Amino acid sequence: MTAQEVRLCGLLLQEHFGEVVEKVGTQLIRSGALTLRAIVQETNMPLDLAKKSLCVLVQHGLCLFGSARRGPGGPVEYRVCVENVLHMLRYPRYIYTAKSLYGDTGELVVEEILQRGQMTMSCAVKTVADRLTHNMEDGCSMDYSEVISAFSNLVETHFLQRCPVAAEQGSAPPAATSTLETAPAPPAITRPPAPESNPDCYKLPHINLRGRGKRRRSSEDGEDKREAKRPKLENGEPVGDEGIYWQVNFQRFHLHFRDQAIISAVACKLDQTSSEIVRTMLRMSEVTTQPGAAHTQPLSANEIFRALPPSYSIGRPILDQYLTLLVDDPMEFVGKSGDSGGGMYVVNLHRALANLARATLESVVQERFGSRSARIFRLLLRKRHLEQKQVEDFAMIPAKEAKDMLYTLLSENLVQLQEIPKTPDHAPSRTFYLYTVSQLPTARMLLQRCYKTVSNLIERRLFETKENKRHLEKSQRIEAILASLQNTGAEATQLQEVEEMITAPERQQLEALRHHINKLDSSENQVDESIFLLESYVTSTGTSR
Amino acid sequence: MTGRGRGRGRGQLSFNMEVVGIGKGENLPPSTLQPTPLFPPMEHKPVPLVVSEEAEYMLALKQEFRGAMKTLPFYIKPAAPKKDVERYSDKYQSSETNENPSEWDPDWKRLPKELRTRTKRLQKEKSTITSKQTTQPRINKEEIIRTLEIAQTLEKKEEAHSSDEEDGEKKKQEEEAPASEEEYNEEEFEEETDYIMSYFDNGEEFGGDSDDNIDEAVY
Repeated sequence: MTAQEVRLCGLLLQEHFGEVVEKVGTQLIRSGALTLRAIVQETNMPLDLAKKSLCVLVQHGLCLFGSARRGPGGPVEYRVCVENVLHMLRYPRYIYTAKSLYGDTGELVVEEILQRGQMTMSCAVKTVADRLTHNMEDGCSMDYSEVISAFSNLVETHFLQRCPVAAEQGSAPPAATSTLETAPAPPAITRPPAPESNPDCYKLPHINLRGRGKRRRSSEDGEDKREAKRPKLENGEPVGDEGIYWQVNFQRFHLHFRDQAIISAVACKLDQTSSEIVRTMLRMSEVTTQPGAAHTQPLSANEIFRALPPSYSIGRPILDQYLTLLVDDPMEFVGKSGDSGGGMYVVNLHRALANLARATLESVVQERFGSRSARIFRLLLRKRHLEQKQVEDFAMIPAKEAKDMLYTLLSENLVQLQEIPKTPDHAPSRTFYLYTVSQLPTARMLLQRCYKTVSNLIERRLFETKENKRHLEKSQRIEAILASLQNTGAEATQLQEVEEMITAPERQQLEALRHHINKLDSSENQVDESIFLLESYVTSTGTSR
Repeated sequence: MTGRGRGRGRGQLSFNMEVVGIGKGENLPPSTLQPTPLFPPMEHKPVPLVVSEEAEYMLALKQEFRGAMKTLPFYIKPAAPKKDVERYSDKYQSSETNENPSEWDPDWKRLPKELRTRTKRLQKEKSTITSKQTTQPRINKEEIIRTLEIAQTLEKKEEAHSSDEEDGEKKKQEEEAPASEEEYNEEEFEEETDYIMSYFDNGEEFGGDSDDNIDEAVY
């Protein structure tokens, strides 16, 4: 784990779970796999707090545990899943996607599951119904069946999946785990049972759940929360899905984001109709394509024509022209893999990701160093190795400036120097010095820089909040007073008096603070988009991190 | 001598500078003698943030999510630091962590057994606390019985003293023993008077001389 990743993970854990969990998590990330005793020793933390933190981490799928030695009897080791911790940065995007696909109900389902880590279906349905009822007008309430249908949609499209059954420690005969792992049992800690290996991964349980959401009065807040979290038998009826927990399938969301990125890129480069065609192709290949595949399955032009949305009724020859245009485009989003069925076309996923990453790199150089430096960078990306003189000629930039820009890029490590000796003694006067840019290492470097950026943004936000803590607390207290006064029906003059307790300069300061924090937060979201593109590109090339 | 050699060879590099593009006698920027400034001035200002409905909605989602996580029981606060001195206000600032026992109950079947002992210990602690409380009155009663026996034996020894006083004492002891502590009983018993010796707790000697039968009023 790189230092930047460790720092970012620590900050994310601290924001969501507090300092105690952050300490335990950071220790685990730094040391790899640790036993409970080692954790307590190295963090100097009381035992019960360490146990609680580990429970929280496991609950949210951030930590895996398994026996250190093969077979029962070994001490239990814990290992943090750094990827999942970094995904916490993207939670708002997941929730927003669920909203755009399945409406408010879907949004709340995903939000609840992300907040709690894992939930049973019945528990999730009840909590979401209660929340929706709370927001509806008096007298209306949300029926459980609507929530169940939204939940089912999410499961059918694989956005939610069952949690893998944890291997019991100490009592794990290989037979019990054989249904989960097809390979002969390796130590569970290194290869945890993948959720996909469970054949029932996406099967909905039959649950016996009828009812409507309950309206929650503010005094009952705490009790309802407790009820929601403990799926006890209500009214004495077993609900039927004890032990089946659901979690968010991040991989599926990532595929969705990748598709979205490709479609919007096509829309930007070509036009709306081409992007619709690509969207249709991707939609048709959702179920047939493996997650790590380089291309989608070949689709014939006839199929694409039939599957186009009715609002885009273009003629068959026009569709063929569009497909030819897409194939000829230098971006190579779509490729032709055969001629049967009117032409077999595939979407080149890996190449599309590589192009998107390349566009990100180029735009970074352009925004940081100017458009002429970007021109040099693009030139080097295309031509691979160039000498100093050739760079000046091809980029059509005067020598002095080209030199300056190249050195700046070199000092930022975006461009590398490659020595090619003519003689075995590497004499400087008889060696070629070529400038080069390689996409994958540069992408990795920028990815680490993005992590550092997000960490800096979070730290700055925490700093700003801490600086103005007094103001924030005061304004919160006054809001609470105002709310209680309004509930008990106070006069306007009283309310005004209370409002005036915050002076005008304080109000300005609070406004400025809110503005800063909003800016920092939305910057984090935007940097996360770049992180997603670069991460997908790096993983798609298949090399380990 | 060595200095001279070093001085002469200072400007020489391992490779020919011309190849990389630095001509002879050209003005190179001065070498930096201090670390770069913390916030260097930027020539190219960053592009403004994307402002769209989607971005605003995601911002709101993010902030709500953060706020919600702070209220859930997954947010573990560090153990309260031990206070050096017990303060009077502690009674009124009861720690709020104890008021939030909506301790989320994980499914223990999915967690390793070693993480589970927490609830068992709590149950054990509760049972030991209750057992202590029930045994304490019993202990008191035993002590009372003992002191009464001692009183009886002493009574036989000191029959010369007015028995009224001792009866009064015994009655007082029997009444006050369940409520008071051991030391209190012993004190009163030793002094053998009707007067409560702890009345002058602050150590003053007021009335300390007249600890025997007094017929006069105490001013």
